[in-house]
Amino acid sequence: MAHFKEANGVGEWLDQRLATGTLTKVLMTEYWIPKNINFLWAMGMVLAFTFKILVISGIFLLMYYKPDVNLAFDSVNYTIMQEVEYGWLFRHVHGVAASVVFLVIYIHMLVGIYYGSYKRGREMIWISGMLLFVTFSAEAFSGYMLPWGQMSYWAAQVITNLFGGIPLIGSELVIWIRGNFVVADATLTRFFMLHVLLLPLAIMMIIVLHFYSLRIPHVNNQECEELDFDKEAEKYKKGDKKGAKIIPFWPVFMAKDVFVVAVFMIFFFYLVFYHYNFAMDPVNFDQANPMKTPAHIYPEWYFLWSYEVLRGFFFSSDLGLAAFGVANIIFFLMPFLDKDKTVKPAHKRPMFFIWFWLLIIDMIVLTVYGKLPPTGPNAWIGFVASVVFLVLFVLLPIITKIDFNKAGGK
Amino acid sequence: MRELKILLIVIIFTGITYWGVEPLAHSVFHPHTPDADYTFKDVDGLNGVKGDASKGAEIATNCIGCHSIKSAGFEAPMSANDAAATYGVVPPDLSTAAKIYDHNYLAAFIKNPAVASKVAHKFDGVNKVHPMPGYDYLGNEAIADLIAYLGSIAPKDISAKAVFEDACSRCHSMKYAKISSTTQVDVVSKYMGSTPPDLSMMIRSRGDEYLHKFINDPQKLLHGTSMPRVGLTKESEEKVVEFMTQTGDSKKDERESLGPKVLMYLAILAVFAYLWKVKIWREVH
Ligand code: HEC
Ligand code: HEC
Ligand code: HEM
Repeated sequence: MAHFKEANGVGEWLDQRLATGTLTKVLMTEYWIPKNINFLWAMGMVLAFTFKILVISGIFLLMYYKPDVNLAFDSVNYTIMQEVEYGWLFRHVHGVAASVVFLVIYIHMLVGIYYGSYKRGREMIWISGMLLFVTFSAEAFSGYMLPWGQMSYWAAQVITNLFGGIPLIGSELVIWIRGNFVVADATLTRFFMLHVLLLPLAIMMIIVLHFYSLRIPHVNNQECEELDFDKEAEKYKKGDKKGAKIIPFWPVFMAKDVFVVAVFMIFFFYLVFYHYNFAMDPVNFDQANPMKTPAHIYPEWYFLWSYEVLRGFFFSSDLGLAAFGVANIIFFLMPFLDKDKTVKPAHKRPMFFIWFWLLIIDMIVLTVYGKLPPTGPNAWIGFVASVVFLVLFVLLPIITKIDFNKAGGK
Repeated sequence: MRELKILLIVIIFTGITYWGVEPLAHSVFHPHTPDADYTFKDVDGLNGVKGDASKGAEIATNCIGCHSIKSAGFEAPMSANDAAATYGVVPPDLSTAAKIYDHNYLAAFIKNPAVASKVAHKFDGVNKVHPMPGYDYLGNEAIADLIAYLGSIAPKDISAKAVFEDACSRCHSMKYAKISSTTQVDVVSKYMGSTPPDLSMMIRSRGDEYLHKFINDPQKLLHGTSMPRVGLTKESEEKVVEFMTQTGDSKKDERESLGPKVLMYLAILAVFAYLWKVKIWREVH
């Protein structure tokens, strides 16, 4: 038994037992962040905040939602939307947050790519981030099925069908995923389980991993300058706050993040009240009807670019599926495809800079054409954009090597 | 300054993506259609003839073999189930007809139901005959008298729900308003060749602009559909859409009144967050 003194107050009492003082230092007041960062570095906290919104609004929805093909649609559209006090608000918040979170994820990822924050020690941040992207995608897809509207049903039908293209096990796999030969009650109940239990649990654990992986390499900064954190911390603690190139997570870094989150919330709630159709597709307010195929079936906007890579190879569904598979894992390989051994922002890497903007333009083209009907010239534009996407990643090792050599390894 | 430049770039690229997946895609999915026409220019209607209500009562005896006119004391000649079995769909009560339907349209409908309601592709008069006979032979005068009569027994004011019940509920249900179609679903589906959908959430799935154009002229938006043009006046159609809004988007007013308050609160919060940030960062900059 260790020796415990009488404590003066709750703070000390907790500190004696849980070392809360040390914990606060480690996690907050002496967790160092570079000072030279812009608002793009607040995107991580915006994501953490949006995830919190999703969890809270989701819990409220869960109190009235009924996972049964005969009840689901009405439990959402009648009970929650019309009867429960502010049920509509929770649904709008949940639906809009699920869509907007992907906008912020894409910005967050592209910031990582622009500043090269995925290499030279930051590989695990990147990989855990990509795991979050994948689990978020699965979370969004499973959630979209729950209201059991037309798009819930048909998107699930089309996407689960894709697994049928996998050689040998394909058709068995589709049945295994659906729990039936077609998308049906068994599919709904298992997606419900995934959406409210397994995936959120996995996401929370991966968020912890993601934050932990930031600990040793620290976050990057605008000039990608390599900092001696011990030396700078020493400076800061001695009182040279202006001279030190770092700031503590709390309160300095968070002071800025809170402001960014507040501005983000204005944008977010504007969408919740006035502009929600992009996130809550009107077609999904028609109840699922296996006998009536909607005129246009498309996934939510954040899946459109990869969906278009799938459709792009319109003359061969096998090629399309293979390309789709590549598109979904290729970002995991960023740290290994980038052969430049230095960390620099893209504007200091001439060829990579062009590569970066081409990637953005190509992904926007894919996204836009992923929704349009794949007929006539649209099919060819989709094909070209899909090929460009793949070629960009084939070129990545080469152009980063050239940049590196040209810069003389500095 | 640099932060604002970055923000501008983020906004531009987000905006282009948004434009592509929303306005652009919708304009491709739903090509522009002409606005609703509440004058029903295309029909052969009253042709300017003024009717005499006192003569119309007698002509209405033609109608009560199938329709009830409750405001004039005529009950339905048979039960709803029998009527549905006989005609395929329950003929609507006519008490409000002259109130909710455009009079030119109504005249044209009485003369030739299939043509006026634009379902002649279905009821070609040879293979399939419209269950309501045409009264072309009565002549413009008599039809104008009948409409004047129907006008004299129609209520001056009518609720949004009543318009819906009289104009739509012989085919459509609206379960969130606890209205079931007067014709059973399987019977009316057989009659129409497709199932009239439940209309509870149509205001969210189609939006009011689509609904106005569609109700005014279904063929314009669903070419070849079996849903008839019903010929509502502008005022009645607005009531129908209002009723659909009350049912499928019942918290619209709450949403619209809460929005500004929440945004105002957040704007104030953002100002305080900014002041706090400036205060904290003054020490480190
Ligand atoms: C043989 C039975 C029959 C007779 C007689 C008959 N109707 Fe109809 N009427 C119907 C049926 C059935 C419908 C519904 C048709 C549908 O919706 O496809 C209908 C529909 C209507 C409608 C609704 C039109 C709309 O725009 O939705 C009006 C108004 C109407 N009838 C007026 C009359 C009048 C006036 C007469 C007498 C001159 C008359 N009907 C005689 C069977 C009849
Ligand atoms: C005589 C039967 C009948 C009447 C009366 C009728 N409808 Fe319909 N309605 C249908 C049928 C059948 C369909 C399905 C059409 C299809 O799928 O082609 C339909 C479809 C619809 C749709 C869906 C359109 C779409 O985009 O899929 C709406 C909205 C609608 N009706 C509204 C109304 C309203 C409002 C009224 C009353 C003013 C009304 N209908 C009166 C038979 C009717
Ligand atoms: C979806 C939930 C996610 C949350 C809550 C989250 C949270 C965070 C936070 C708080 C930071 C530190 C602050 C910052 O730089 O923004 C961070 C950094 C980072 N994240 Fe994420 N992130 C998520 C997803 C992702 C994804 C999908 C990726 C990309 C694959 C990613 C890659 C990175 C990288 C590379 C950094 C380091 C940035 C740097 O060093 O400058 N994260 N994340």
